[in-house]
Amino acid sequence: MTDATINISAANFRPGTSDAEIEAAAARAAAHRRRTVLFWRLGILVAFLGSWEFAGRMGWIDPFFYAMPSTIAGRLYEWMTEGTSEGPLWYHLYVTMEESVLGFVTGSVAGIIIGVALGRNRMAADIFSIYIKLINSIPRVVLAPIFIMILGLGLASKVALAFVMVFFVVFHNAFQGVREADRAMIANARILGASDWQLTRSVIVPSAMSWIFASLHVSFGFAIIGAIVGEFVGSRFGIGLLINIAKGSFDAAGMYAAIVIVMVVALGAEYLMTLVENRLAKWRPQPLHETQ
Amino acid sequence: MAVEKTAPAIELINVSRRFLSPTGKSLTAIRDFTMTVERGEFVAVVGPTGCGKSTTLNLVTGLASPSAGEVRVMGAPVKGIDPRIGFVFQTDALFPWRTVIENVMAGPLFRGKPKAEAQASARDWLARVGLARFEQHYPHQLSGGMRKRVALAQTFINGPEILLMDEPFSALDVQTRVLMHEELLRLWSEAKASVVFVTHDLEEAIALADKVYVLTAGPATVKSVYTIDLPRPRVVADIRYEQSFVDYSRTIWADLKEEVETSYARAAA
Repeated sequence: MTDATINISAANFRPGTSDAEIEAAAARAAAHRRRTVLFWRLGILVAFLGSWEFAGRMGWIDPFFYAMPSTIAGRLYEWMTEGTSEGPLWYHLYVTMEESVLGFVTGSVAGIIIGVALGRNRMAADIFSIYIKLINSIPRVVLAPIFIMILGLGLASKVALAFVMVFFVVFHNAFQGVREADRAMIANARILGASDWQLTRSVIVPSAMSWIFASLHVSFGFAIIGAIVGEFVGSRFGIGLLINIAKGSFDAAGMYAAIVIVMVVALGAEYLMTLVENRLAKWRPQPLHETQ
Repeated sequence: MAVEKTAPAIELINVSRRFLSPTGKSLTAIRDFTMTVERGEFVAVVGPTGCGKSTTLNLVTGLASPSAGEVRVMGAPVKGIDPRIGFVFQTDALFPWRTVIENVMAGPLFRGKPKAEAQASARDWLARVGLARFEQHYPHQLSGGMRKRVALAQTFINGPEILLMDEPFSALDVQTRVLMHEELLRLWSEAKASVVFVTHDLEEAIALADKVYVLTAGPATVKSVYTIDLPRPRVVADIRYEQSFVDYSRTIWADLKEEVETSYARAAA
């Protein structure tokens, strides 16, 4: 895993250096590298927020439109401790998460099932592909008013929007993953005695799994977008509603605060997804360099 | 039943196989192909690259059906995939997301054996190919030779009466390949299966087989058949230095060379 690191430092060793010394040097080099990466990550964040704050205080940018990190942090603190004008922040967050998670789960399950089914059945794929292309060409956000009109201001319309955001991404990847399944592996399974169903379940789906996971990573973000856009267009609760209200009252700090909340949630979800994927994909060769 | 007992393991009778190219043209892979494999016989098929050797194997498995002629397995025409057949692929066909033992267990589990039984039998086969210590490894953690051994165990665990091998060792280095030849001959002599071994390596064919079929440049048909009368058990690492081996090699190569040259000239044209 740290082959390259060893090679770089190995050049500096005199003949007769023991393995333990080389390994210790490699471990030191790796730790040093991690610290450097962390330092620059934090440094850039501090520099960015600092110059934003500074520019706002010096009057180079108008805090009325751009807010300042301090006012955004203040608004976040206020929302967390005293709640928003529309009730407790946690409830809004809960509503948005509920919508996103429901949309994500239903959308990805449907995407996987239909993607695998069409991937396995060439005839059905040829027939339905044109309709899927057609529906896929609709910009998802224009569906928001339609769903709200049909399903109302509550949970259902936001879940429906998150669903369509997620479904097509997962569907495409599942379909492609099934098509790319190795032919020799399929022939092998069939000769070993696999029935059609066993073939799908224990060969096709696992081999499409890395494709599917690639889509799940991005699609939780899409589910959140779906939920928030839906709330933005019409709702009684949710982070999207907070943004809408902040917009209505020219509360720039409130809008940025809502964005920060969404960022944190999306990053957390991405992290969870990576954990799950690493557990499921322990059979895969480790990449030569872990960039973390 | 009496007929079945005496019938050869595999018969291909005047078989042709055409397929459509992606542009819709009809291509002939094999033509008027006739071959008989007796029970327990080890047959090697050699021919120039891309002449249609692999197609013959697919016809026997039932993964492909002949355009003309007849394919019979154990005296009966081929209908679908025959459970008595085992196949070792040229490329790596193991399931990378399964551990070594799960790969070997796949066949029995697909065929509805209880898990405990499949596991015990897989352990036994892994021990026989010398991989008992690697049960819980994943394929990517093994060397090419070890992966081939897993593939052999995965195939032999089903107790195939017919073993089809499509250039199984061509991706291995020369030393590993000789070890795999020994391994294969040992497993074969225990299992008493009939083998069709497709290869482009003539020495491999002579060292392993009872009969060597030489195919023409594509569309493939049988050019000549040689019976290899070398005593068994054979030591593959040493047999190549024996005079009779060299004689076979020289005779058959003279025959094969023409086809290789034809095939080469065609590819260059």
